[in-house]
Amino acid sequence: MNELALAAFAAERGVHARLEERSARFAAFRKAFDGARYLAALERRGFRWLARSDLRFPPLLRTIHDAPSGLFLRGSGDPDVLARPAVAIVGARACSGYGTQVARMLGRELAAAGLVVVSGLARGVDGEAHRGALDAGGATVAVLGCGIDRDYPAAHAELARRIGDTALVVSEYAPGVEPAPWRFPARNRIIAGLAQATVVVEARERSGALITADFALEEGREVLACPGEITSSLSAGSNALLRVGATPLTSAADVLEVFGLHAVDGAEVDVSATAQALLAELDAPLTGDELVRASGVGAAAALAALSELELAGLVSSSAGVFRRTGR
Amino acid sequence: MLARAVTHALVGLDARRVEVEAHVGGQIPGFTIVGLADRAVTEAKERVRSGVRCAECDWPRGRITVNLAPAALRKEGSAFDLAIALAILAASGQVPRDKLDRHAVHGELALDGRVRPVSGVFAVAEGAKRAKMPRIICAARSAHEAALAGVEPVPVWHLAEAVAYLRGELEPEAVPARNGRPPPAAPDLQDVRGQERARRALELAATGGHNLLLAGPPGTGKTMLARRLPGLLPALRDGAALEVTRIHSVAGILRPEQPLVTTPPFRAPHHSASAAAIVGGGRGPRPGEASLAHRGVLLLDELPEFVRPALEALRQPLEDGVISVARAEATVLYPARFQLVGTMNLCPCGARGDPLLACSCTPQRLTAYANKLSRALLDRFDLVVLVPRPRAHDLAGPAGEASKPVRERVAAARERLEQSVPTRDEEADALLTRAVESLPLSGRGRARVARVAATIAALADSGVARSEHVAEALSYRAPRELTA
Repeated sequence: MNELALAAFAAERGVHARLEERSARFAAFRKAFDGARYLAALERRGFRWLARSDLRFPPLLRTIHDAPSGLFLRGSGDPDVLARPAVAIVGARACSGYGTQVARMLGRELAAAGLVVVSGLARGVDGEAHRGALDAGGATVAVLGCGIDRDYPAAHAELARRIGDTALVVSEYAPGVEPAPWRFPARNRIIAGLAQATVVVEARERSGALITADFALEEGREVLACPGEITSSLSAGSNALLRVGATPLTSAADVLEVFGLHAVDGAEVDVSATAQALLAELDAPLTGDELVRASGVGAAAALAALSELELAGLVSSSAGVFRRTGR
Repeated sequence: MLARAVTHALVGLDARRVEVEAHVGGQIPGFTIVGLADRAVTEAKERVRSGVRCAECDWPRGRITVNLAPAALRKEGSAFDLAIALAILAASGQVPRDKLDRHAVHGELALDGRVRPVSGVFAVAEGAKRAKMPRIICAARSAHEAALAGVEPVPVWHLAEAVAYLRGELEPEAVPARNGRPPPAAPDLQDVRGQERARRALELAATGGHNLLLAGPPGTGKTMLARRLPGLLPALRDGAALEVTRIHSVAGILRPEQPLVTTPPFRAPHHSASAAAIVGGGRGPRPGEASLAHRGVLLLDELPEFVRPALEALRQPLEDGVISVARAEATVLYPARFQLVGTMNLCPCGARGDPLLACSCTPQRLTAYANKLSRALLDRFDLVVLVPRPRAHDLAGPAGEASKPVRERVAAARERLEQSVPTRDEEADALLTRAVESLPLSGRGRARVARVAATIAALADSGVARSEHVAEALSYRAPRELTA
């Protein structure tokens, strides 16, 4: 009950819990705190509480420096999902089309291989990683940097609901806590803490994703970074990680190797001959027009084949440029 | 003495009969115009007085009263000048009253008595025909326009000519209802290099009358492509040509050398246009750009830069094909069955989608940009094509197919579509259902894909829409960049 009181106290005062654990202010709060009533109110709103002392608390997270006193849970998933082998996929909010596609592909393939995909529900890379995992019907966990009752960003409320349908949205913050800039780095330690490996997809030089990577390194977890163009400022942070020794990520298999897993072979997808020929052309990203020209069958047939490939999940497009999904 | 001339006032696209009654009598000189006349009509006094003198007629002594009936109808503009002048001349016995009675009169006077053309002559001539008026006295420059409506025009350059005609001293030359040179051809598709996807989308848009949205970074040829759509459309049929001519006549944009509009109109208002400029309005309502584009193409370049009310106002005409402008005095209906073509960048800074540039927009700005286009409006674009920046070798490539063969294919496919709309076979239906689930596609999105698939099948001269047609149609759905 002490842990719940600490979380409630931190929420009420807007402070970081660990710094107050032995303060007189907390002792006073603790005395007046009615834990059972607080829990009942929480459950009425559909949230759960998983204390650090609870046996089901994720063991990996328990071991980190400054582990949270517990986690608030939202969604219908079992708390055991937090203890399963997990990979964190993090990156820039304002990411390029390339980042979007890599994040989605990783989310899908890693979830399909049975890993839990952990990320922060932010725009850009985070959201795409969650969506990829949901596409594959896998488990994905979102860690919030605000109260468990908030959807931040609001645009991802629907995504959070879908995540909660099958797995969990978690936060160390009690209902009512507003998102504040300092809470997001604190949230990142939980993302890194839940996962054995952290993948940085695209990060600027001073990005929150790098903070997550730092936490992961401090705890001795694996850090992988996705190589980006050296001329693009969007990839400066992830490339810098590679320079100091992060594992380069060239395909989802690199992550699976860390876990000693193998990629699941998707069932052979049956596509037309035109579609197969188009797929063979897509060694590098191409615009729709270039594909039409390369196919040599005219716009109508080539576009039909492209839709076929998109529906089969073999090709994805962003801003008019098509890429193989790597499946 | 009392005399009467018949003229018309425009209410929307409708010509309402207005009788100009003139009375000359009494001793004290004076000149009054009554009958709910606006400022331009009351200013007619000066033009008429000067014009009558220049026509070498006498300005009657005594008190002149001109009444415009029905008095409840608001009269605007300068088109009543000629009728007022002739009514006064008839009232003072200078032209025969009974002959004037059998003519519709429409025109503005210059101070030297010349007759200037005014807008709406075609609509007025139609009104005269309905009222069984055999002849209309109008400016010589608008005589062809009047002749189109099937009324015999009496073309006059000067008030004196009108007077001479009414006195029987001059027979008007017959004005054939002919149509002169067509306007210069629209720019040709040949100028566009590469852009295979967008070209194909233009052909489909021309065939099925689909609304088309071109999105991509600046300088990739979106506007250039959009401007080439009118050149792919077949000429207007007779009924449609008359509808368009009526609207353009009322708006005053008919070309005197070619009064009948036979080519589909093309309108491209600037993005600073107000809602009233787009859908029509104003105190005495006037047709807006959407109505001027009736049976043609309305190009909204830089779609998100338009003010939101202007864009949202387009939803009604896109659905119903008409715009109703409601005013306290009356509600006016303007036809507006146009094809909408929009162009836009993918982000406010324009760099998104360009492999050579890095977009500097914040996520908040991107969201705000995407939110400018409501879902409801975006849903009305059947065809959405992302136009990426062409690479250097595309631009050095050979010239594309010219407009003429495309136009011929379009015309043939349109005929097939008119006879029967292709229905989907079983496989195509299954593919569509699968797409609805996995993409996902909304109910309206599904209907859109089905419509485009029918057009594709018609272009391919196939009686049924097969799965490959549906697959191609799916490639024109709105991408996530625009909907998220």
